Amino acid sequence: MRALTWQGTKDVRVETVPDPKILNPRDAIIEVTSTAICGSDLHIFDGVIPGMQAGDILGHEFMGRVVDVGPGSTLKKGQRVVVPFTISCGGCFFCTEGLYSACDNSNPVEKQDASEAAFGHAMAGIFGYSHLTGGYSGGQAEYVRVPFSDVGPIVVPDDLPDDQVLFLSDILPTGWMAAENCDIRPGDTVAVWGCGPVGLFAVQSALLMGAGQVIAIDHHPRRLELAASLGAKVVNYRETHVAEALLEMTGGIGPDAVIDAVGMESHGLAPDRLMDRAKQAVGIGVDGIHALRSAIHACRKGGRVSVPGVHGGFADSFPTGAVMQKGLTLRSGQTHVQRYMPSLLHRIAEGEIDTTFLISHRLPLEDAAKGYQHFRDDQNTWTKVVLKTPASGWTG
Amino acid sequence: MAGKSRVGWVILGGGIAALAVLAYANAGQKRGNRDSAPGHTARRRRWGDYAVEAYTVTIARPGSELYAFWRRFQNLPQVMENVDNITEDGETTTWTIRAPMGQTVEVKTRIVTDQPDEVIAWRSIEGSEIDTSGKVMFADAPAGRGTTVTAIIAWDPPFGPLGQIVAKAAGREPAIQARHELKRFKMLMETGEIATAHRRPAE
Repeated sequence: MRALTWQGTKDVRVETVPDPKILNPRDAIIEVTSTAICGSDLHIFDGVIPGMQAGDILGHEFMGRVVDVGPGSTLKKGQRVVVPFTISCGGCFFCTEGLYSACDNSNPVEKQDASEAAFGHAMAGIFGYSHLTGGYSGGQAEYVRVPFSDVGPIVVPDDLPDDQVLFLSDILPTGWMAAENCDIRPGDTVAVWGCGPVGLFAVQSALLMGAGQVIAIDHHPRRLELAASLGAKVVNYRETHVAEALLEMTGGIGPDAVIDAVGMESHGLAPDRLMDRAKQAVGIGVDGIHALRSAIHACRKGGRVSVPGVHGGFADSFPTGAVMQKGLTLRSGQTHVQRYMPSLLHRIAEGEIDTTFLISHRLPLEDAAKGYQHFRDDQNTWTKVVLKTPASGWTG
Repeated sequence: MAGKSRVGWVILGGGIAALAVLAYANAGQKRGNRDSAPGHTARRRRWGDYAVEAYTVTIARPGSELYAFWRRFQNLPQVMENVDNITEDGETTTWTIRAPMGQTVEVKTRIVTDQPDEVIAWRSIEGSEIDTSGKVMFADAPAGRGTTVTAIIAWDPPFGPLGQIVAKAAGREPAIQARHELKRFKMLMETGEIATAHRRPAE
């Protein structure tokens, strides 16, 4: 089959690799029709995610048709499914609590040692990501082996096209959980740093949850335009002093909740950002947290800080004083995708949520490497890239 | 002990399998740490000449089921990847354990305590290539979370502390093996399978 493989920093290629097979009873094999490039794939592309190996197949946002099942799978051949990026067994303590992305059993035992040493506890398995999360072959490929296929994939009706449901795999539930972590009360102000896919879906979700105003912060005009079209007020940090603006727009109180939808490769104009970047460049693994620092600084006293942005290591100058002195609550985590899929699919089917506005480019899987380069370098206009395989029947 | 010098440090390859049970493995508690922590978490947790390691997992299954699986030693190679073969002859169990560089070692044990659904303890006997003992304990977990399973292992490290360091570097120290084996046991009991990230069967 053809698949997008990681070869090294800023080096991804579509290559021919052996097809996957059923290995465990609960496995299924999915023939991919549509698969997207995620902002977190760009962290891998940029070489700031540890635990990658040359030849790894990337991609954790994918959907397609079931072509083979193990005896323990509940799926049937021919069903059309969207697959969550997190792999979850459904039976461990964490899965039964709804904390699917904390599954104890999906990351192979020998792969658990690294994250256990780094974070204190082992992470769950994730498709197409670092070997810290299992090193599973991902979905930017023609076929994928999907473990625990009786728990993860959701069957979607044939009358909903791929582009309407694909983002159930990651970014829509991630934006939704980011907003849910804000404990929004009617009339609240929510400020969102970063108008990438997750930030935009967080804007949409926060408004659906009853926020009085959502303020979206970025510097790409096209992305701010998209946020405004969803109903957000927008702030361009290149033109406006963000902290002052947020105070003035909230009567001097500050946002009730803030969302860091930027993560570890935060851009920005402030000196702290330059120091983070310098340390990342010499490989001492410091997360760039300029966006998170600004968010914590701006958040009102007693407010909520939600962090869907990807962070992977350690951060310097984390504002512990602001967190404590203002009595902030901080919530984060990889998304518990399985928890949100059914209700979000329902909202899509009812026309309450549209996700297709985000897609700026559709490319054949063969052109995936080009998609990575543009998604990284032309962020203003390349807001989301969806890759189509031959099986999708897509002809451009 | 016969064979010890022949196999050198590589004999540490057996994890829990190699372990026979230390019936007194809470030794640390009796030897000085005066807090509420389990003895096997003491900073100085040697028991005489023996190194002691332990690891606990919570498994969302009834203790009786877990005990029954473990007590049938023939099941254990499913979760112990370094165990090639297990044979039982009367009271003696012989574990053939894979070691680096194509070698194998044989650990011979007998059961010293067997309380159904609660504990299985074993100890090595004359003729074993590793001097070891250990036990696995099953207890109800709080809040309906299933069963906590604790394995405690004591062994006499060949070549002393230096040998232990070398074994650790090779990833074959009993503590590492025990952790991996208990996690595989948990996977198999909770999900019916053991997670793998491979895309296809090994060629």
